[in-house]
This record gives sequence, C-alpha cells and structure tokens, in this order.
Amino acid sequence: MKKIEAIIKPHKLESVKDALIKANIEGMTVSEVKGYGRQQGQSELYRGAEYKVEFVSKIKIEIVVSNNQFAQKAIDAIKTHAKSGKIGDGKIFVYDIAKTIRIRTDEEDEDAL
Amino acid sequence: MKFFSLLMLPMFVFGEDVLNTGDTAWMMISTALVLLMTPAGLAMFYGGMTRSKNVLNTYAMVVGAFVVGFLVWIVAGYSIAFGVNENSILQNVFGGFNHLFLDGIKWTDISGSYPTYVFITFQGTFAAIAIAIASGSVIGRMKFSTWITIVALWGVIVYAPIAHMVWGGTGAYLFDAGALDFAGGTVVHMNGGLAGLVLAILVGKRAGYPHIAMKPFSILFTAFGAALLWFGWYGFNGGSAFGANAIAGLAVLTTTIATSAGAITWMLLEWVIYKRPTLLGIASGIIAGLVAITPAAGFVSIGGSFVLGIVGSVVAFYGVVYMKKKLRYDDSLDAFGIHFLAGLWGALATAFLAIDDKELLWDGPLKASGDRLGQFFVQVESVVIVGLWTLVGTVVVYYIASFVTTGARVDDETEDIGLDKAIHAEKVLNQG
Repeated sequence: MKKIEAIIKPHKLESVKDALIKANIEGMTVSEVKGYGRQQGQSELYRGAEYKVEFVSKIKIEIVVSNNQFAQKAIDAIKTHAKSGKIGDGKIFVYDIAKTIRIRTDEEDEDAL
Repeated sequence: MKFFSLLMLPMFVFGEDVLNTGDTAWMMISTALVLLMTPAGLAMFYGGMTRSKNVLNTYAMVVGAFVVGFLVWIVAGYSIAFGVNENSILQNVFGGFNHLFLDGIKWTDISGSYPTYVFITFQGTFAAIAIAIASGSVIGRMKFSTWITIVALWGVIVYAPIAHMVWGGTGAYLFDAGALDFAGGTVVHMNGGLAGLVLAILVGKRAGYPHIAMKPFSILFTAFGAALLWFGWYGFNGGSAFGANAIAGLAVLTTTIATSAGAITWMLLEWVIYKRPTLLGIASGIIAGLVAITPAAGFVSIGGSFVLGIVGSVVAFYGVVYMKKKLRYDDSLDAFGIHFLAGLWGALATAFLAIDDKELLWDGPLKASGDRLGQFFVQVESVVIVGLWTLVGTVVVYYIASFVTTGARVDDETEDIGLDKAIHAEKVLNQG
C-alpha cells in the first residue's frame, strides 16, 4: 500500500481530480494549506507599499492506493495535470503504508481500500 | 452679477427671490447625492482599505462623523458659516449666533431660487463630509469617544469659520478678497485632509507601522466606494452651481474629465514604476481627480479639466507613495496625501486655468481686470489662511477632546485585538 501526498496550485485541483477519477482512483482527501518553497512567497502591492506574502495558498491532496501500479497511475495523473511549467507547481511525496482499517466494517489493508 | 452673494444671504433678499421648481428639484437631488458620498461612498472606500480587524470601526467613524457633523451644523455651524455678523470686524471670520438651531429661518424662506432649508441641508452634507475625510488618517488606534467629540468640536471651531471666510458673503475675509473655490477644494478637502494629518501626528502611529504588513480588507469595497463617491460628486460639484443651469452642466462635464484623467494617470504611474496597474491605484486616482477639479469645476475649460486631473493625480501619488515614507507619519488611508495635496493643487491652479468669462467667474482680480497673477496671490492667501486655521484649530480640538475623554488613544490590547471586537463587539465577517 502506498500513500501519495501532493501539494499543488489551487486552480489545478479540478483537473487533477478528474484525471484521478479516470484512472479509477476512488478516494482522496483535500486540504487547503499554506506554505513556501524555493519560491519564498510572493509580494502584494498597495499604494506603493510592497508586502511580502510569506505563505502562499496551496492545496494538499492525500490518496492511498493498494499497489505500485495504482501509485504510478496516480503520480502520472497528478504530474500531468498539476503542471503549469512555472515556479510553484508543487511536489509529490510517496510513502509506504503499514496498515489500513475501514472503521465501519473492521476490514483491513487492501480490503479496506 | 453678484449672483453668489445673493444666494448666500437669503435673509436680506426678498422681492426678487422666486422659487424655481427646476432649481429646487436639482438642489434636493444634489443634497441626496452628496449625502451618499459619506455613509456609503467614503465609508466603503475607507472600510475596504482598513485591516480586517478594524473595518467596522472605520465605517462607524465615517458614519458617526456624518450624523454628529450634520447636527452640529444645524445647532451652530450654519449660523457661524452663513449668518451675517453685525460687527464688521467679526464678520470677516464669524457669522455669529443669530441662527442657532436655525432660529429665525422659516420654511417659506427662499434662497436664490429654492428653499433656504434645502440650502442648509445641502451645505450640512459638506460640513459633515469634511471631518469624515479626516478619519482616514487616524483609523485603527483612536478611541471612538474621542473621535465623536472631535467631530462635534471641529464642526464649530474649524469648519464653520472657514466656510464663512470663503463663502460667507460680503464682509467675509476671503470672499471679499475674491478667492475662487467653486465647490470646496479649500473649504472641504484641504481642510479635512490637513486635519487628518494633524490628528495622525498627535495620536501617533499604529503599533508596528511601517514594519509589519497592514493589508487592506478588500480592495473591492474600496473600488466600489470610489464609484459611489464619484456618483455623489455630481451633486457636490454640479449642485455647487446652485441651480439647474449651464454652469452645473459645465461642472458635471469637467468633473468627469478630470476624474477619468486622474484615474488613468495613477494607473500609468504604477504601471511604469511597479510594473503593475493596481485597482487600488485606479480608485486612488479617481479620488485625486475628483478632489483636484472641485475648486475649479464651474470655472475651467475642457483642456483645463484634463490638466487639473492629471497633475492632481501626480501630486497625490507623490504624497502617498514618496512623501509619506520620507516624512514617516502614519496617514493611514492617505486623507492628507490625496485630499490635502490634490485640493491644494486645484485651489492654486484655478487661478491659471479658470476661463476669463465674466458670466462664470466670481468677483476677484481675474474677473475685475483679467489679472491672473493677482488671482493667484488671492488663491495663495486663501490656502495659507485656511491651512493655518485648520492647523491651529485642529490641535486645539484634539487636546480638548483628548482631555474630555481621558486620552485619545486605545490601549495596546484593544489595538492588538482590533477595534471592531474590542470597542463595538462586532465582527466584519461571520462564517457558519
């Protein structure tokens, strides 16, 4: 089991979600997050006063899939659809999952996904 | 044609004053338009620029300034501004107390060609917006009780004598000198803008200024407020022709030209200097153009209105972007930078840009002998006298108000939490 966590630009969420559904990936968790990377934030300008915005709004997607094949599909979908080619497109992290439990039925691991 | 003094001194004119329904309708509409400028236009304009924790307090300061300022006008302001003092020395600056609570003025009285009560209401909206403008300089740290006290005192001590000097009819100092101020460039905008700066310096900077980011709540509100101000300004300038006539038509056109030119100018300045044309910049240019044309609206040509708007915007841009940083005062929403500086520019430029047309001009060196330099010196005299009166008067008002309300500034905790919650127990946006 693999977990894929991706930080993407907020306006890319719709197309990433559609691509994941097409790849038969059935669930995802989305959160609105803020942060910065190499870009070091952005700045805003009000009547000549420039304010550095340290933390830029991003979307974090979390997906758990049963095997490497699905993990690769998810990564490809996100890579293709979250890309604008400009700074701040985000990152994808992949983790191994030790255990999964569906609370309603007590099913475990692949059965629970 | 001493057309203007005739309007200003309704008490002394009987026979020739006949009510004209067209003029009456226009003056009542103009009154409503100028009213809109304060509790909707200026309040939104300022509210949107304030940090989210102080939006409602800012809005309340503007609306509070209007309601208190207007009633003070009825109680004593009108009498001081437009009364006629029997003592000819005092008449220079002070119309006296004969009309306190509008004593002696009847509903049937006519002022020129429309009811005197309409004139009083119209002028009251000017008195109220003048001090409301100043609020922009001191938002986010002044006690609400102090502010309301300042408004009440300022209307009597600062605004009314200045309005009298400039518009108070024969015997009033700057009126006799022949100062040209069509709709209140000196009386309202320079006056309110300078009062703002004085109060900002006396009450001190906001905590953290200029080191921490102070981002506006919503530029959308500010832009919408600017649009409402512009709409209302047709009453401010158009209504200052005191009738539904061709001068009002000229004022409406020059106002629109100067404002559009001011907005484009500010936008281009930002585009060139910061590589970004901001909406806040466009909205700021709108106000700078409106203020710059105000003293000149009914006097200038089409070309003159372009010059007023463009240069007015450059001057205000300089004040807001460079001068404020250099001199390190916290004129929070730039009441001084925009209203004082663009108003000053408009007042001085009127001497050179007014059309030499006897039908348009008020009595003064330009009308008497085409003497533009002489007119310029009168304009300089008027901005210096108004400026000094505002400066001294506002300092006096501040210290009285501060004494009465035991200190003008909120405590550190209130400032930190935000005035909306700490003073008013309200929040600008509730979710869920």
